Amino acid sequence: MSIAPSKILATLRVNGRDATLAFHPHATLLEVLREELRLTGTKHGCELGQCGACTVIVDGTPVLSCLTLAAEAIGRSVETVEGLAVDGTLHPVQRAFLELGAAQCGYCTPGFLNAAVHLLEKNLEPSEAEIRDALAGHLCRCTGYTKIVEAVALAGRRMRASIDG
Amino acid sequence: MGKNGASHSGSHVVGAPLPRIDGYAKVTGAAIFADDMALPRMLFGKLLRSPHAHARILSIDYARALRIPGVVAIAIGSDLPIRYGILPSAQDETVFAIDKVRYVGEPVAGIVAEDELTAQTAAALVDIRYEVLPSVMSIDAALLDVDGNGEKIHPDSRRDNNVHKEVHLTFGDLDAGFADATRIFDDEYFFEGNTHAALEEHSAVASCGADGKLTLWSSTQTPHYLHRVASAVLELPASRIRIIAPPVGGGFGGKTEPVAHELAAAYFSRKTGRPVKFTLSREEVFYTHRGRHPVRIHLRTGIRADGSISACRVQTWLDGGAYGSYGVATTYYTGALLPVTYKMGAYAFDGCRVYTNKPPCGPKRGHGTTQPRYAFESQLDEIAKELGLDAGAYRAAIAIDPYSRTVNHLRVTSCGLREALSAVSERTGFSDKHGKLAPGRGIGLAASAYLCGAGLPIYWNPMPHSGAIVKVDRGGGVTIFCGTSDCGQGSQNMLAVIVAEALGVDVLDVSVCSGDTDLTPVDLGSYSSRVTFMAGNAARSAALDVRERIAVVAGAELGIAPERCAFENGRVFDRKNPDRALSFIDAARATEARFGTLAGVGSYTPPADLHGDFKGSGVGPSPAYSYSACVAEVEVDFETGEVRVERIVLAHDCGRALNPRIVEGQIEGSAYMGMGEALMEESAFRNDLHRIPNLLDYKTPTILDTPRIDAIVIETKELEGPYGAKEAGEGPLNPVIPAIANAVADAIGRRIYATPITPERVLQALDGTAGPLRLRAPIAMKTT
Ligand code: FES
Ligand code: FES
Repeated sequence: MSIAPSKILATLRVNGRDATLAFHPHATLLEVLREELRLTGTKHGCELGQCGACTVIVDGTPVLSCLTLAAEAIGRSVETVEGLAVDGTLHPVQRAFLELGAAQCGYCTPGFLNAAVHLLEKNLEPSEAEIRDALAGHLCRCTGYTKIVEAVALAGRRMRASIDG
Repeated sequence: MGKNGASHSGSHVVGAPLPRIDGYAKVTGAAIFADDMALPRMLFGKLLRSPHAHARILSIDYARALRIPGVVAIAIGSDLPIRYGILPSAQDETVFAIDKVRYVGEPVAGIVAEDELTAQTAAALVDIRYEVLPSVMSIDAALLDVDGNGEKIHPDSRRDNNVHKEVHLTFGDLDAGFADATRIFDDEYFFEGNTHAALEEHSAVASCGADGKLTLWSSTQTPHYLHRVASAVLELPASRIRIIAPPVGGGFGGKTEPVAHELAAAYFSRKTGRPVKFTLSREEVFYTHRGRHPVRIHLRTGIRADGSISACRVQTWLDGGAYGSYGVATTYYTGALLPVTYKMGAYAFDGCRVYTNKPPCGPKRGHGTTQPRYAFESQLDEIAKELGLDAGAYRAAIAIDPYSRTVNHLRVTSCGLREALSAVSERTGFSDKHGKLAPGRGIGLAASAYLCGAGLPIYWNPMPHSGAIVKVDRGGGVTIFCGTSDCGQGSQNMLAVIVAEALGVDVLDVSVCSGDTDLTPVDLGSYSSRVTFMAGNAARSAALDVRERIAVVAGAELGIAPERCAFENGRVFDRKNPDRALSFIDAARATEARFGTLAGVGSYTPPADLHGDFKGSGVGPSPAYSYSACVAEVEVDFETGEVRVERIVLAHDCGRALNPRIVEGQIEGSAYMGMGEALMEESAFRNDLHRIPNLLDYKTPTILDTPRIDAIVIETKELEGPYGAKEAGEGPLNPVIPAIANAVADAIGRRIYATPITPERVLQALDGTAGPLRLRAPIAMKTT
């Protein structure tokens, strides 16, 4: 038993797959991803829209899942960190984060990855200032951001090379 | 020959910038942090926290809350009355406050329910009556004797005021030292408190099995201490408790001592027979705190004609918050490490920690050494200026020598301080710029030293500080078991690198099992930058234990003496004739056939001769010290007072860099965090309330505020470190704050005597309204 209001039944499209599930109308997308779908790669550092850790992609745009109701995502396409690697092959941004040590504790990483992938999808040759701008809503307490900036630039170079080549 | 002189040829893992072994899990979202766990039938917990800074609890009535559907259990102070604390000398907390509350945010009750919302709703229905008491919110207020109407924060303390701890130490003849000085510099500084703000909010999950055995997963840097405290508070033998530290989403010292929610999770799981999770909200993390102490620092330094330090006296007053925490150690640390960087004729240290009605302060990266280091390096800059000396060259001239003793009897081994100083000077062209830049632009330099682990354990015992087991599987996989906790600093990878290096296997063939009190030998935890040195040495000796046995068997097969066996690239071979070889797997199997199960043990205990023999000599000694130097370049806007850091160059002597990329990451993260402390981070209070318990108002540098950071790895040969390594996780933070302060002084031609250097303070300094802090007679301190 609990005092919570009754749940709604809906279908969410997450990482390219439909999932039909019941959730509270007030549940955030963050809560539904983590608690109902058990996609715990999406993190939270504040649940107030202040840290960027919970960033996911909804219909191609980065959103803070802690400030988004799951109900708002019905009928839209949601991408989380779990969907970045394809068949076990890391996305170039993931690979660059791994190789350069841009993830230390790794807690901010999923949010940064989503924002970086989104940036590179629009702009494969971002300047350092453009990278910093795109990531300005994300806090990282471990890295000093240095290797994060380097990793995004490296991933961009590699993605360009693979298109050119 | 390995760099550390061991008979180990051709290193292939140590020193290579490989990706960290736990990196895959972290870039794919697969790493399971404490709050990512969900167990069947799990309950959710909430702590009810005090709205008052200082109040007597008159009554608690939770009958109504308990009747809410979905509420399973509620507990208050009397349910868990045993006092605990991280230091044996400060057992002053209970899980839920008993009789009185001492800070806003102190837990008063706990509720577990079927879901979070229910627990939260029920919490609002608990009726708690308080009698509000006058609060003590500053160092000055705490030093005053408590009069008839007042009440001490800890009524059972022996003093008439709210002083928690006083320390007085003198080394050498201070009077003679000051008499010997041609100039004496007397300054007072204030370092504001701040917090760790690790991105992961603390979380704990407890599960009590039908056999009565309790498992507690917690985002802790110190699983061993949690084990001890949980056993005491729950009155359950430690053998019935298993603590597991999952990956921790940043710690910086904020997760180094047992706190209420962890113990509450354990208690409720036992009481209900169901798994229980407590995850703190960001606001609660600010109340849990244990962050950097606000410290007032008075420095009196005597300088001889040649610039050398004839005498130095440091007085510190620490605002400890409501409980002891690590505070006694912090107090000692505000005096212990200044002499580790520079030679001094005589040295005296007086420290005083007070209780106030704020969240308890504890250790943050640099633990207690950061605040006086800021003051001392600021004063040294003024001294160099007065003497007309280059700030870098002056520091190099008075730098401590490798393999020496400090004035407070600490043993110094390898020391790359001079190398670090010249590296940052050269990289930035410091001497050509300092004092010569256009108004509003400035460059500053500072240096520091830090521990590679505390030389003595927190609770006295003669056992090792770290233990490790290395086991070899028949398939060639190697597992290292060690009680460490990885909070992002890379301890998992460090262990794997050391074992791979010792056995000559691929680092990806090494699995690390850490932070699990059922499975792993004790490591005291991720604090005082001890893990690489201590757990690394334990891991290395466990791996060498295995290697020796394999060498006996492989040597026999190859027809050579065991000492001639080399281990590299998955092979065991004759170092004089590398073609004569066995695969590591074959050698390991043959060894198992001959000697039985193939596992080795190792442990590390620091040497005994690190320090002098006096009360308080236990804080400060370390088997080795790391050294750092930093140059910061800033631009100050005279209109707004804003300081923009344009560049930070930070050199750090980490002994041998086991993984240079991870060392760089630690240096960069330290530069960033130090910059935040220098310019914006502060635990600010308005009346009794934390002014800014959220990540927007508690300002930390964003990616736009953070400049280019040049990390310079200085390698020295540390004979006692594992493969020559020292620490890199905390030390590099310390010089950053004074380097920025010195750069601001260079930019505006005036010194600001307090942190953080906010636009307000800059404008005040420019107006001339700030000036040096008022010097005053020390209160509540004996003069030595
Ligand atoms: S958890 Fe969503 S922004 Fe912090
Ligand atoms: S890697 Fe720890 S917060 Fe970014």
